[in-house]
Amino acid sequence: MSDTIYREIIIDHYKNPRNFGKIKNPDFKSEVSNPLCGDKIKMFINIEDDKIRDMKFMGCGCVISIATASILTEKLKAMKASEILRMSNDDALSMLEIKLSPNRQKCALLGFWAIKKAISGSHGVKK
Amino acid sequence: MLNADQVKKDFPVLRNNKSLVYLDSTATALKPYRVIKKIDEYYKKYSANVFRGIYRISEKATKEFEDTRSIVSKFINAEHEEIIFTRNTTESLNLIAYSLGREVVGNGDNIVTSVMEHHSNFVPWQMLCFENGASLKVLDINENGLLQADRKVLNKVITRKTKIFALTCASNVLGTINPVKSIISDVRRINPNTIIVLDCAQYIPHSKIDVKEIGADFIAFSSHKMLGPTGVGVLWGKKSILEHMMPFQFGGEMIEQVSLQKTTFAKPPFKFEAGTPHIAGVIGLKEAVLYLQDVGFDKIKKHEEKIVKYFFKRIQEEFGNDVKVVGPKNSELRSPIFSFTFLNFHPHDIAQILDEENIAVRAGHHCAMPLHQRLSLIATTRASFYIYNTIEDVESLIQGLKRVKKVLR
Repeated sequence: MSDTIYREIIIDHYKNPRNFGKIKNPDFKSEVSNPLCGDKIKMFINIEDDKIRDMKFMGCGCVISIATASILTEKLKAMKASEILRMSNDDALSMLEIKLSPNRQKCALLGFWAIKKAISGSHGVKK
Repeated sequence: MLNADQVKKDFPVLRNNKSLVYLDSTATALKPYRVIKKIDEYYKKYSANVFRGIYRISEKATKEFEDTRSIVSKFINAEHEEIIFTRNTTESLNLIAYSLGREVVGNGDNIVTSVMEHHSNFVPWQMLCFENGASLKVLDINENGLLQADRKVLNKVITRKTKIFALTCASNVLGTINPVKSIISDVRRINPNTIIVLDCAQYIPHSKIDVKEIGADFIAFSSHKMLGPTGVGVLWGKKSILEHMMPFQFGGEMIEQVSLQKTTFAKPPFKFEAGTPHIAGVIGLKEAVLYLQDVGFDKIKKHEEKIVKYFFKRIQEEFGNDVKVVGPKNSELRSPIFSFTFLNFHPHDIAQILDEENIAVRAGHHCAMPLHQRLSLIATTRASFYIYNTIEDVESLIQGLKRVKKVLR
C-alpha cells in the first residue's frame, strides 16, 4: 500500500464532522455543489466586526469533501473574515496538509468555496 | 482459449507499470507494442502528408493510409469508399447530425434514441431536435438494464415522422449488448425510410460486426477503444446515402474544384475528410485491427464471458448485496463492463482507495447522465475488463474493495 490520504484523522473528520449542523437565522449562508458527483455543502456563518462568531455546515459528499470542510471550519473560525477573503485556493489546500491529485482538489475546496461565498456576501454589507 | 497473461506482455504500459491493474478500458484501451511501433515507423520513415505528393515517402504514407481504409472496410464487411476517418465516435455521430440530420429532420419530425446512450449519441440529436423543431423520443430500459424495444414498444414509438433512429450496440455503463439486428428489422418494417445510426464504440472492441448483415445505415466507432491510437474515429455509411450528403466541414482534401464563384466537392469518403488527417493515428489503427484479428473475436468473447461469470460469482461471495452492479447478470447479454454502487460509499472514495492499491477504475456518471437519472444514481464506480485482464485482476479488485470497506466503514 502506498501513501494513503485516508488517514485516521481524515476518516475521523468524515465520520464525526466538526461544526456540523445549522445556524438558525445566520448572518450569512451559502450553498456550493458539484453536479458531476452530487456533492453539496451548505455553509452558515455569523460575523461580528470582521470576527467569525460561528460557522457551521451541512452537506453530503465524499470523504474528502466532508472531512476538509470539517477541518477548514475548525481552522477558519479563528480567523478574521477579511483574512479568509484574501486566502487563495492554494492557501486553503496547504492548510489541509493532504496530498491531493488535481481531480480531488475540487472535492477538498468545496467547503472553502462555500465559506468564501458566504463571507463575500458579508463584505461591505455588514459592519 | 485466450492466454491473457501472454497478451499482457504485448502492452508496454503494463510492463512499465508493474503492479498496475488497469480496469478502465471502456474509457480507453491500452495499446499493444505493434500499434506504437507503427506510429513510430510513420514519423521516422515516411512522415509526409498523404495524397498528391509526387515523391516516394508521400506515396508510401498514402498507401499505408489507404491500406488502413481497406483493412477497416473488410473488418466490418463494408466497401472501401464507405469508410470515413474522423477524430472519434463523437465526431462521427456529429457528422451525421450536422450533415444529414439538419437536412432531413424538420419541424414536427422525431428522432428516436435510448436512455442508455453515451452523451455523444444523445446530445447531438437533442440539439438537432431543439434547432429544427423536432421531438426526441427516448426508449427506456427495464429493471435488469435491458432495452425496452420489443415490437409493441417500437410500434408506438416509431412513426412515419421518425427520421433518425440512433442506438448504441453496447452500453458503456450497463454493459448491456442490444439485439440491434432484430431491432433494426422491426424499425425498418414500421418505417423503411428512417435513417438508422449505431454507436458501436463499446461493441466493436469485443465483437465482430458485419454491416451488410446488421442492416444499419451508419455505424460509428473509435480507434482508441479497440487498442488503436487516440484521435481517430471511423464513420461507416452506406455509399448511396454518403453520395448525396453535404460535407460536414469545408477546406483542404475534400474538394473537387474551387473557383472564385463556386466549389464542387470530392466523392466520398474524401468529401467528409477535410484537412490533413491524423495520418499516424489512422495507420496505427490498421495494426490494432490486425492485432485483434490475430487474437480472434471468438477467443475474446469466451475470455470475456469467463471474466463476467467469475466477477459476479466473487462479488456475490465477498459482498452479497453490499455491491450492486447495474445491468444484466447474464454473460451472454453483456460486456465485461461493471458499474456498481458499494454500500453508501462515494464512488470517488472507492476509486481513490483502489488507486492507492494501483487499481485503475473510473468514478462518475461516465458521460451517461440520463441513464444515471433513470437509475436514480448520481454516480457509479466502473471497472471494465478487456483482453489483457486476467482472473487475477478480478481478484485484485475484490481485495481492493475489501480494503475500501475496511477504510470507510
